[in-house]
Amino acid sequence: MQTITSVSGRGVPVRGNDIDTDRIMPARFLRAITFDGLEKHVFEDDRKGGGTHPYNRHPFDVSSFQGASILVVNANFGCGSSREHAPQGLQRWGINAVVGESFAEIFFGNSVMIGLPCVTASPEDVRKLQDLIEKSPDTDVRVDLVAGTLVAGDLRMNVSIPPNVRDALVTGAWDTTGLLLDRYEEVETASKRLPYVSGF
Amino acid sequence: MGKTLLQKVWDLHTVRQLPTGQTQLFIGLHLVHEVTTPQAFDELRARGWTVARPDRTFATTDHIIPTKTRQRPFLDVMAEDMLASLERNVRDFGIRFAGLDDDRQGIVHVIGPELGLTQPGMTIACGDSHTSTHGAFGAVAFGIGTSQVRDVLASQCLAMEPLKVRRIRLSGTLAKGVYAKDVVLTIIQRLGVRGGTGYAYEYAGDAIERMSMDERMTICNMSIEGGARVGYVNPDETTFEYIKGRPFAPSGEAFERAKTWWRSMATDRDASFDDDVEMRAEELTPIVTWGVNPGQSIGIDGRVPSPESSGSDKQAVTDALDYMGLRPGQPIAGMKVDVAFIGSCTNSRLSDLREAARIVRGHRVAPHVKALVVPGSVAVSRAAEQEGIAEIFRAAGFEWRGAGCSMCLGMNPDKLEGNQVCAASSNRNFKGRQGSPTGRTLLMSPAMVAAAALAGEVTDVRKVVN
Repeated sequence: MQTITSVSGRGVPVRGNDIDTDRIMPARFLRAITFDGLEKHVFEDDRKGGGTHPYNRHPFDVSSFQGASILVVNANFGCGSSREHAPQGLQRWGINAVVGESFAEIFFGNSVMIGLPCVTASPEDVRKLQDLIEKSPDTDVRVDLVAGTLVAGDLRMNVSIPPNVRDALVTGAWDTTGLLLDRYEEVETASKRLPYVSGF
Repeated sequence: MGKTLLQKVWDLHTVRQLPTGQTQLFIGLHLVHEVTTPQAFDELRARGWTVARPDRTFATTDHIIPTKTRQRPFLDVMAEDMLASLERNVRDFGIRFAGLDDDRQGIVHVIGPELGLTQPGMTIACGDSHTSTHGAFGAVAFGIGTSQVRDVLASQCLAMEPLKVRRIRLSGTLAKGVYAKDVVLTIIQRLGVRGGTGYAYEYAGDAIERMSMDERMTICNMSIEGGARVGYVNPDETTFEYIKGRPFAPSGEAFERAKTWWRSMATDRDASFDDDVEMRAEELTPIVTWGVNPGQSIGIDGRVPSPESSGSDKQAVTDALDYMGLRPGQPIAGMKVDVAFIGSCTNSRLSDLREAARIVRGHRVAPHVKALVVPGSVAVSRAAEQEGIAEIFRAAGFEWRGAGCSMCLGMNPDKLEGNQVCAASSNRNFKGRQGSPTGRTLLMSPAMVAAAALAGEVTDVRKVVN
């Protein structure tokens, strides 16, 4: 079981609130029976349309952000569709952690399930981090899940993740299926007390 | 102290507290479709697991199927591959399946209720965010991702974090031409697209209590667009009347016993809520979205906002207006539309089509508009044919299609082209949502879509409805 206690690497900022999973992974790329190759289509339509980055390109197409592993976003990232293809695509592109002001619930859960931690920071800290990475893309960013801190150059900030989720990641229990099957006899017992399972 | 329906269902379905601190919840009904499950079935095979409760699992196909012809193999080889994969999976794992040639086929959130699979007091999961629809019956229904689909297939359980409950009470009477869709779009506009994060929405109040099941489904369906993963309405006589006699509903004495239990699962009078919101039905008007998320909407009489007057949303408003090709302060009424789409898990049920047909009867679709009706299920389609509704649409120049998700998300051949503007009865106006990276979506009620199709532009349905 893989444990995740910290994530280090360079950062890539994608600015904007309410970035939905249709934008992260347009639906036409869900027409497949595996997640293979999704990294090629992350933010595909946004990338074609350019971006708000100073270089007028989407950050995922800016050469200095290639190889980055920590995505820095704003509020309600991953809203909309429950498609796991969105975090799967990000992870396959090389993202190992997401830092943001807030996350949509289903996206957050889907990400944790595949070992992609999403941590929150204050809007001000997120903006500082995005500014820093844009100015100095080579800055090493380190997210420490156990200490609840993020360090990037001279910038140091608190980051949060619900304690349950943090514990699951640092103990390697984020793959829940095994856990849910662990005491299956209790599932049987629970189901038997439900009137609709026994046909009323 | 009383309990909410959410608390009762949660407590009753709790298997145990996991070492991670999460709750292991038993899932009473798992609905499966072709898009979000193939990888989950593959993992089951790889790990040597079976499907724990095929008797509590039901599959259909909806997202990728063409709506013009159902002939196999599909022209789109990837779509064919996906359906073939689902057919193999349901066969290998012994799952009940309403396939392409089955009378029960349709959008998963339309057929669950139609077949009587969806019942009060249940937990329901499906790899689709609009699973919240089933909350209309007083079920607690979660949209999940593919890894969680694997969890439910293998164990019939989910590991979940507790939710808070926000009660949204709607009292009074809706004006003519104002529908359930306008109610939920108004809720999202007022509470925001992030407002519901961490909450289940309980929809209550006399206006909700008077609503049909179809209307309640429309409202619960879009809970997720307000950030709430779960939305529900307490079960009542309307709920029981709808369920009675459906193929998977209990019958005879069992139905009477079921009713007693279902009633007991409703929120207690003295329950307390984490938040309470009140709304007056009389204040509501037909709503149209002008932007790129379902919270960016205005009344049909309104004007689109200007970035300057939008405070901290300035950048988002600028960006949305630019994408939509709108000028700040422009009235939304009169905006030209290229496509009219009546369909989706939000608004493709018989009552939606009936109301739209009332507007359309005896009129013609504007010459420049491509208009299509995509019924939510084979059953809806047949009923509409029998009632003569399908013919009303066809006579007016609408294309009458087969059941599926279709142009809501453009995973099949039904897509917008270029930067077409679509008046849509669906649920999302995200950039590129309807299959064209530059396509533009205006969300509204099905009656408003019908009115827009005839006028060729966004128009106030209250002027034509009687």
